[in-house]
Amino acid sequence: MAGAAEPLGGASKPPPAIELRAVSKSFGLVQANKNIDLVVQPGTIHGIIGENGAGKSTLMNILYGLHQADSGEMIINGAPVQIHSSADAIACGIGMVHQHFMLVPNFTVLENVMLGSEGGMLLAEGREETRATLQKLAEEYGMTVDADALAGDLPVGLQQRVEIIKALKGGAKILILDEPTGVLTPQEAVSLFKILETLKQDGVTILLITHKLEEIMAATDTVSIMRQGEMVGHRATAETNPEELAELMVGRKVLLRVDKGTSQPSDVKLSTSGLSCTSPEGVQFIRDVSFEVRAGEILGVAGIAGNGQSELLEALAGMRPPTTGTIEILGQTITADGQSDPQIMRRVGLAHIPEDRHKFGLVLGFEARENAILGYHYAKQTGDGRLIESKAVTAHCQALMSAHDVRPDNPYLTAKNFSGGNQQKLVIAREMHAAPGVLIVGQPTRGVDIGAIEFIHKELIALRDAGAAILLVSVELEEVLGLADRIMVMNNGEQVGIIDRSEANEQTLGLMMAGIAPEKAA
Amino acid sequence: MSATPPLPRWADLFLLPALNLLAAFFVCGLIVLAIGENPITALGVMIKGAFVYPGSLGYTLYYTTNFIFTGLAVAVAFHAMMFNIGGEGQAYVGGLGAGLVSLSLAGVMPSLIVLPLAVLGAALFGAAWGIVPGYLQAKRGSHIVITTIMFNFIAASLMVWLLAGPLIEPGQMSPQTPKFEPAGQLPSLQAILGALGISIANSPLNLSFLIALAALFGFWVLIWRTRLGYEIRTVGQNPEAARYAGINVPRVVIITLAISGALAGLMATNEILGVQHRVVLNFTAGYGFTGIAVALMGRNHPIGIFLASLLFGALYQGGAELDFEFQSITREMVLLIQGMIILFSGALAYMFNPPVARFLARYAAKREAAHV
Repeated sequence: MAGAAEPLGGASKPPPAIELRAVSKSFGLVQANKNIDLVVQPGTIHGIIGENGAGKSTLMNILYGLHQADSGEMIINGAPVQIHSSADAIACGIGMVHQHFMLVPNFTVLENVMLGSEGGMLLAEGREETRATLQKLAEEYGMTVDADALAGDLPVGLQQRVEIIKALKGGAKILILDEPTGVLTPQEAVSLFKILETLKQDGVTILLITHKLEEIMAATDTVSIMRQGEMVGHRATAETNPEELAELMVGRKVLLRVDKGTSQPSDVKLSTSGLSCTSPEGVQFIRDVSFEVRAGEILGVAGIAGNGQSELLEALAGMRPPTTGTIEILGQTITADGQSDPQIMRRVGLAHIPEDRHKFGLVLGFEARENAILGYHYAKQTGDGRLIESKAVTAHCQALMSAHDVRPDNPYLTAKNFSGGNQQKLVIAREMHAAPGVLIVGQPTRGVDIGAIEFIHKELIALRDAGAAILLVSVELEEVLGLADRIMVMNNGEQVGIIDRSEANEQTLGLMMAGIAPEKAA
Repeated sequence: MSATPPLPRWADLFLLPALNLLAAFFVCGLIVLAIGENPITALGVMIKGAFVYPGSLGYTLYYTTNFIFTGLAVAVAFHAMMFNIGGEGQAYVGGLGAGLVSLSLAGVMPSLIVLPLAVLGAALFGAAWGIVPGYLQAKRGSHIVITTIMFNFIAASLMVWLLAGPLIEPGQMSPQTPKFEPAGQLPSLQAILGALGISIANSPLNLSFLIALAALFGFWVLIWRTRLGYEIRTVGQNPEAARYAGINVPRVVIITLAISGALAGLMATNEILGVQHRVVLNFTAGYGFTGIAVALMGRNHPIGIFLASLLFGALYQGGAELDFEFQSITREMVLLIQGMIILFSGALAYMFNPPVARFLARYAAKREAAHV
């Protein structure tokens, strides 16, 4: 136990920056946090790791005053405190950078930072003060950012920097970062961790919430592990290893590597040539993309989120007609002027596991069994008659649930009441049931716990080995590297290149994601 | 943050509406008390007036019929998350459809041909009045609430012009069409049951009540058992997921508004074909708007809509009796009481949701604790 409960002991040692004692919180019947103890020494980077739904975010929201604990004590810098709102938290010197940024996109950086401390009736004074603060922070921590740029125009890495500046401007000495690297390129993540290191040298205490083991290992001094609402261990990072942390997180040993045999590619089942997509407003999402995927192989598509991968998936799924170029799926050709329709694609034999299960893949207010026929409500799953046969739909869902380990296996449960992992398994079960010749997959394991990730990866490999052509889009490089046989990298809507898995590593892919083609990178 | 725990289904369907109703009756009771009458006596008069006096049940069910049609019209659109405020106009124009069929065919054809065509005419004209706002919403993004409200005004002006002009009964001053020939009149339930040897008191209740009951069942089949209904609900709950599933969202929106308009139009079968036997001015009398409250209170489910329609029917009929029995309770006072009930069970339908949900969650937790 690294620096565990020895509160206020020894006059030489400063009190812990954060100390939580037996903090509990429940939502209705769900206990999100059970008797949480946590001690964080000042001027350290402390990681909190756990699966989705382990209670990390709830705990941080309690600390930041967004939720109130049902019981327990909070002691900040040696003084017991009551935090009822984020204003209280800021007064205690706690700042938080949320997973989803809270910037006003059409305000400048300066205006965003100024928000909440505008000064008087007129803005001039507050603006000058804020500009001076920005200047100071830039000098002290190397956090340079153009004060007059529109926040919405900045790359995500810089937007996040603005969020950190906002937190520090309020005088925060404790900084909470919730999944900060989810949206960053590897290079941006490195520069973020450099900034965190500088802040630490300056005495800022940092709480880093993440589910990425390598970040914990690389960036933190100490780490706490949560599982199912409980704190299951505290470690000094130097004295632990990823395997031990993973085991603590899930309560059993998991395979971090994906086991798969070599691929046996045969005929081309999915191909595009010169595919481009333009929005009605004239924004070009995809430019001149050409590739082919053969039966029995997985083509991984890597890239920073928002570089055309989503639109590529939508074009292939028939949700977005191509502007120029063609798509050929199992002998069916879709051209710019042709009919592009998800129903036709499904009938041809394409299944689509969408990137965002809440936005596309599920109707959260529907029962599981109704979701199990989404997109297939004209297929035989719904019975043969003119009406939808309730019994057939229930039986179909029940079969999917037992075959793909969806828990709880209750077809009548509303989709929103399943955990993220089980929602995803339901979507995957539905799409795999169609025994597709071509499967296109977006972010198959986003927001899914480790146990489910393993299961989903195995299912994808099994489908590949059964002879399906799979196109996998993921922003998790590890996932692309683990599953793909060949990798296409996209940047700004264009394909930077397609390389074999054996030639790829995080370094080469990172450069390609930044738009540097492999020849030049070498 | 105090997130409201989810409410059990039975509580959402029965407990909440009952509480809303109680609250409304309580406030109405205070009003009646304030004008110096005994609220308990007044309630007794209302109940007797709605259900007990000879013929009163028939009147209640006759009003109920109107509410079933307009309530279903709002509910079907609501399943696609469309707020159809245009039931009033769609019903009005539906009356024109029914009227035109009966006026032109009733003299030359038997009722077995005329009446189905007249009912169809009401539905088709109502549907047409719903399709236009539906099309504008689906293809042009014009907000359905605005366009359906506007179409109410257009319908009202159109009908005044027709009834005072081209369709007016020759030689008469009042703005209404000539009376339909008997073949174009829906038989009253008294006549139907009389033919079977059952005698009931005279009331405006007619065959359209049975059409309304059929519509309730048809609505259930449509929404929960057909592929179209599945598409309507998917579009309503998650249009992006509908697009992903290959559902043509604009097409579903237009079809839904057509069905909604048709159901509203069918209200005219009761008023025009069943009771007035001619197209008259303003026969919709706000039923289209009250349909919104009916759908809200009935939770967009046919059983709920039937019960809510029955309640509003009883209020209309029992309210008329109040006006009749008490010197101090005027027609306006009855409208006030009806408005109060619409306010509590329609506009404030979910007011009691958070406290009830919290109470039930605490009770469930306590019971759990006692069992363990």
